[in-house]
Amino acid sequence: MMAVRHNGSFVMFLLPSLAGVMVFVLLPFLDVMKRSMQTAVTGEFMGVKNYDVIFHNQAFLLAVQNTIRFTLVCIPLLVLVGLMVALPLSNLKEAGLIKSVYLFPLAMPTATIVLVWKMVFYRQGFLNLLLTKLGAYTGWWGPVMVDYLGTGASFWVLVASYLWKNTGYTVVLWLAGILAIPNELLEAARVDGAGRWKSIRYIILPNLKGSFYTIVILSFLNSFKIYREAYLVAGSYPQEDIYLLQHLFNNWFVNMEFDKMAAAAVCVGIVLFGAIMLLQRLWDKTD
Amino acid sequence: MLKTVYQSVKKSITVLLLLLPAILICLPVVLIITGSVMDSIELKQYLYPVFGGGEEFIRWKLMPDYPTFEHYGRLLFMTPSFFVLFWNSVGMVVCILIGQMIVGVPAAWAFAVYYRVRGSRTLFVLYVVLMLLPFQVTMLSSYLVLDRLSLMNTHLAIVLPAVFSTFPIFLSYGGFRAVPMQLLEAARIDGAGELRIFVKIGLPLGKSGLLSAIVLGFLEYWNLMEQPLAFLEDKSLWPLSLYLPEISWMQAGFAMCASFITLIPAAFVFVLGQDYLEQGIIYSGLKE
Repeated sequence: MMAVRHNGSFVMFLLPSLAGVMVFVLLPFLDVMKRSMQTAVTGEFMGVKNYDVIFHNQAFLLAVQNTIRFTLVCIPLLVLVGLMVALPLSNLKEAGLIKSVYLFPLAMPTATIVLVWKMVFYRQGFLNLLLTKLGAYTGWWGPVMVDYLGTGASFWVLVASYLWKNTGYTVVLWLAGILAIPNELLEAARVDGAGRWKSIRYIILPNLKGSFYTIVILSFLNSFKIYREAYLVAGSYPQEDIYLLQHLFNNWFVNMEFDKMAAAAVCVGIVLFGAIMLLQRLWDKTD
Repeated sequence: MLKTVYQSVKKSITVLLLLLPAILICLPVVLIITGSVMDSIELKQYLYPVFGGGEEFIRWKLMPDYPTFEHYGRLLFMTPSFFVLFWNSVGMVVCILIGQMIVGVPAAWAFAVYYRVRGSRTLFVLYVVLMLLPFQVTMLSSYLVLDRLSLMNTHLAIVLPAVFSTFPIFLSYGGFRAVPMQLLEAARIDGAGELRIFVKIGLPLGKSGLLSAIVLGFLEYWNLMEQPLAFLEDKSLWPLSLYLPEISWMQAGFAMCASFITLIPAAFVFVLGQDYLEQGIIYSGLKE
């Protein structure tokens, strides 16, 4: 009797959301799957032809390669930088203020900093000014005149923006993990004569496995939003090292190439689904 | 004695090492603010090498030679289009957040309280996966629906899909998980209905989750770009976040002033809601 009533309540509370998700996401995604096997205009059945086309498409391959490279560079870097800030912060009383400062970029609208990015990274911008001054001061190198946005360096500009924006988020997550470790554990280690480094190595890090998976997943989610910076600074067709999947999808959308878009959406969706499931499996094992 | 000195020196060095990058992080704001009160001619002198193709380096002064509010005056009193976009942004963000609360909060409650119902775990995993899918993957599916409902090029095209986003559900769920089950059981024995329990016990006790969803949501949707770029053709419907890049460097002071005004509501929400923001980040990392 109890259980029956709860089934009803569950459905009642969930229904509005589930109906919306069905209408706006799930059903249309089935449609996209169907379209991925059809021609764009006439809707003729094509089998896996569209998939074949995108896997021989230069732009798609370039975008996939760049996106993977970006993810593989950024996420480990962000995870590490976050941990390196969070570990000393967890011991400080002044942590609150410092944490706020690191979090602030999260609140800064992308559009507001685009002009600043240009002022910093253009050929005669602040970064080159600083490097040139430094070179002149130490005498180690001459004037630096790199155009960061027009060369392969643009990739690293994007990496830097990503770190700039997301370090605070990661620090908060790491800190939450560190503070959740029972104090008795650390106390016991200290009594046994473990120094700071030893307690980090043997107590703190092993206890942060759960946080680690979370942070990886959320960093990944946020990594797709780097498109905003990339698009606002460099437009729809940026320097080829930062031509990401997001650019490609957008350009296909503008050109109404829905057949390719559908096939690519299905592929990316499946890969992400697999990755999420794998991480979740690993995560569940940490209990 | 020596040891305490050593300790405090070490501590100050740590604070300094952590603060230095933090200051670097905040420099863009300083640039924007000083630039927004700088005279056009002065600004042009400093920026010309960067944008106009000169050979020197960029220059800057933290205290402008001729501080002026001309840009603010022009923006606030002579640029009606700015206000149109400003209110577009405000309207969309408010509608999205209200919609998310109405639709998402009961759903989060369902997942948090009725987790024993068969199939609820599976659905929850599905919601988590949907939350993690980037916009680009669902862009075509959203377009197909919006086009069929003839909502393209209207604000509803942005608002409706966002209302059914599963991210706020996940955050509110984090807040509801903290509500003790015994309390609900006791209320049931006293004869309270499920809806009443949700309103009288769930909402007050789980409000930190809702507030964090609102704060994180505001910052996200104030910054909306991908969706309006794809679904709104008419530029008078655009949000503020797409207006700024349209201004050329020749009007840098004007652009910085607009940037600063765009930043104000976000900074305001950030300062007011920082605790909830942190709480929300922590909830976003909670295990089911």
